[in-house]
Amino acid sequence: MEVEMLSRIQFGFTIAFHYIFPPLSIGLGVILVIMEGMYLKTKKKIYHEMTRFWVKIFALTFAMGVATGIVMEFEFGTNWSSYSRFVGDVFGSALAAEGIFAFFLESGFLAILVFGWNKVSPRMHFFSTIMVSLGSMFSAVWIVVANSWQQTPAGFQLVGEGLSKRAEITSFWDMVFNPSSMERLMHVLGGAWLAGSFLVISVSAYYLLKKKHIMFAQSSLKIGLIVAVCASLYQLFTGHQSGAGISKNQPAKLAAFEAHYESNLPADMYILGWVNEEKKEVSIGLKVPIKGFLSFLVYWDANKPLTGLNSFAPEDQPPVNPVFQSYHFMVAIGMVLILISLLGIVFWRRGTLFTKSWMLKLMVISVLGPQIANQLGWFSAEVGRQPWIVYGFMRTSEGISKVVSADQTVFSLILFFLIYALLFILFIFLLDRKIKHGPEETEDEASIYEQQRHTVDKFPISKKST
Amino acid sequence: MEYSFDLNTVWFILIGILLAGYAILDGFDLGVGALHLLTKNDEERRIMLNSIGPVWDGNEVWLVTGGGALFAAFPNVYATIFSGFYTAMMLLLAVLIFRAVSIEFRSKREGKRWRQNWDISFSISSIFIALLAGVALGNVIQGIPLDPDMEFYGNFWTLLNPYAIMVGITTVALFMMHGAIYVVMKTEGKMHEKIRGWVNNTIIFFVICYVSVTMATLIYQPHMTEHFKDFPPAFFIAILNMLAIANIPREIYKGRDFRAFLSSCASILALMSLFAIGIFPNIVLSNPYPQYSLNIYNAASSVKTLAIMLIIALIGIPFVLTYTVSIYWVFRGKVKLDSSSY
Repeated sequence: MEVEMLSRIQFGFTIAFHYIFPPLSIGLGVILVIMEGMYLKTKKKIYHEMTRFWVKIFALTFAMGVATGIVMEFEFGTNWSSYSRFVGDVFGSALAAEGIFAFFLESGFLAILVFGWNKVSPRMHFFSTIMVSLGSMFSAVWIVVANSWQQTPAGFQLVGEGLSKRAEITSFWDMVFNPSSMERLMHVLGGAWLAGSFLVISVSAYYLLKKKHIMFAQSSLKIGLIVAVCASLYQLFTGHQSGAGISKNQPAKLAAFEAHYESNLPADMYILGWVNEEKKEVSIGLKVPIKGFLSFLVYWDANKPLTGLNSFAPEDQPPVNPVFQSYHFMVAIGMVLILISLLGIVFWRRGTLFTKSWMLKLMVISVLGPQIANQLGWFSAEVGRQPWIVYGFMRTSEGISKVVSADQTVFSLILFFLIYALLFILFIFLLDRKIKHGPEETEDEASIYEQQRHTVDKFPISKKST
Repeated sequence: MEYSFDLNTVWFILIGILLAGYAILDGFDLGVGALHLLTKNDEERRIMLNSIGPVWDGNEVWLVTGGGALFAAFPNVYATIFSGFYTAMMLLLAVLIFRAVSIEFRSKREGKRWRQNWDISFSISSIFIALLAGVALGNVIQGIPLDPDMEFYGNFWTLLNPYAIMVGITTVALFMMHGAIYVVMKTEGKMHEKIRGWVNNTIIFFVICYVSVTMATLIYQPHMTEHFKDFPPAFFIAILNMLAIANIPREIYKGRDFRAFLSSCASILALMSLFAIGIFPNIVLSNPYPQYSLNIYNAASSVKTLAIMLIIALIGIPFVLTYTVSIYWVFRGKVKLDSSSY
């Protein structure tokens, strides 16, 4: 295989594995803020127990995110060095900003969140939880800005010729607020909230089925459901915004989403289907029964033609069927998640939720929904951008490292595969143990803090240590 | 050639500060890792781990941000080094991953073998990270083969030359010394006395390495001394470094552990300054063709980007310093194991 393909597989594999964890951190972060806020407001012990338990899960996912995240920062340089030379002037500042504005904030306050229960006052601890949660979202801001710039580059000019040709920044804010960054950020955050809330829902439903930690599970499930119902409906809105944006900014991608070939016809929308790329048609498919529904969604006019794949030279088209499939499954899962969370609310209002065993079972497996949808969403966004690494300006094939050989990439790909397989097994094993172990009865944190406050050495560093 | 103080120089210094910050902060926790297996029972090992528990992750952020800043300010350096050192970088990533998960996973089970395995993984990965960082530094001092298109044309073995390996071992020794002093500061009782005894040995090990590397540099890398000839006051940094190192055993003897730690920090800062002055204005020397070296101009982003980044840095630095100082303040004092410890 060629280096380009190997590097793409490696980046895809390492980013897909990494992306299991950050959405969980972002989603759980928000839920931790709610839980700890409830504790401070009501002083009920159950909320403290919940916060302590979910902080432990949070710490595990966070550590996995850190360990696999540093790989991503390296890979731009190791595997995509020509790309890095081309975009460093623009793209690099977003990554540096992520470090300075998000990572320091997150990692600093994470220490208090996880280890600081007895070191700071409950209010200060709550403040740290908020900061960690904000930090994880700031991180999403900058990384989505950087990625969106690849999709819809703005705020730069091309300078130089040949090998020394590169993008130089003309406006930082045009780069940050490039045409797709905000709508994509909203959609990414929604996906992360879903990942966090459905993990909470799933674990709580599991306890209810096992008739363990009932109080804990009921309270967690309620909070999880509220976040889930808000986030899943919100995704309907942000998904629509994103789609409308793509129709303007990346018409080839939208056309691939729906396998729409003919530019002079209005576009229909499929629910499911299989694309025959040779014949340029959807060979079997189930359409939304309204004619021109995609045109309607984009333009509010079912008769207006939509740019199709035929308007693009074959070498400028993304692979259609993979993009079509991943996009449609993402949408389908999103709909199912809306259904599950709405049903959950209905049963909760009726007072039957905690005993409805089929619903609880469904909720246990629902944790996979947002995870798969997040992966599919990114897959369709990134494969849909092909053959470009910077849409319209640099091809993926031009972005690879010139000095890296296929052998080296095969070696690293195997290395990552082995390490990540081991990590994944260990992660699932430890998560499973933590969940089975369940929450612990905790002492009231305020009283521990008060006790310790009087015994902690105020200025230990100026004292002789003997 | 005359240099005016410009944005490119500012960014050379800022990235130097980020990397020095990384060396000082992650330096001690890598050092703790390197010494980890020398402690015998589970309680001691837990104390070792928990002494760095709340801070190691934040310390590593200095490396991540340093990498991001390098990408943004000197994209050609980032691209050349990361792609040129491909295999070494992949090994570095592997040990960085193992180190992070070892710390997190170890405490999750009681089993003896489980803990022993993660202890070994934690310690070896810590040593390797320090070693690889030093080897990279050594190669930058010595120069690496670059072509006119700024691409590296050596291979993995080019990087494993005697000089670079010497710098690598010196880095391990430096971090062991730094880490031992940190643990002395964070422990009490029997363990405190025991580690206190180690500090002297680590100082001796480091000084032997340091003197050897200095001699090798003077003999084989004479280009590193040029700025010191042109600007003799810079030599004071070398003297300050020696004084800082000499001060460590004195402070340890007097029981002023924190001051000993500050001396060790000062020594790392001095070493990084000597290195930076030595290579300036180059960032990556080309050897054998020095004309293809990557310097603060041919490797840099546009002036506009450097200016934007400076604004970002000026906004961010006060926050970063506030968090860092607050966290170290909250977790000051001796390590006490409790229910949230590793």
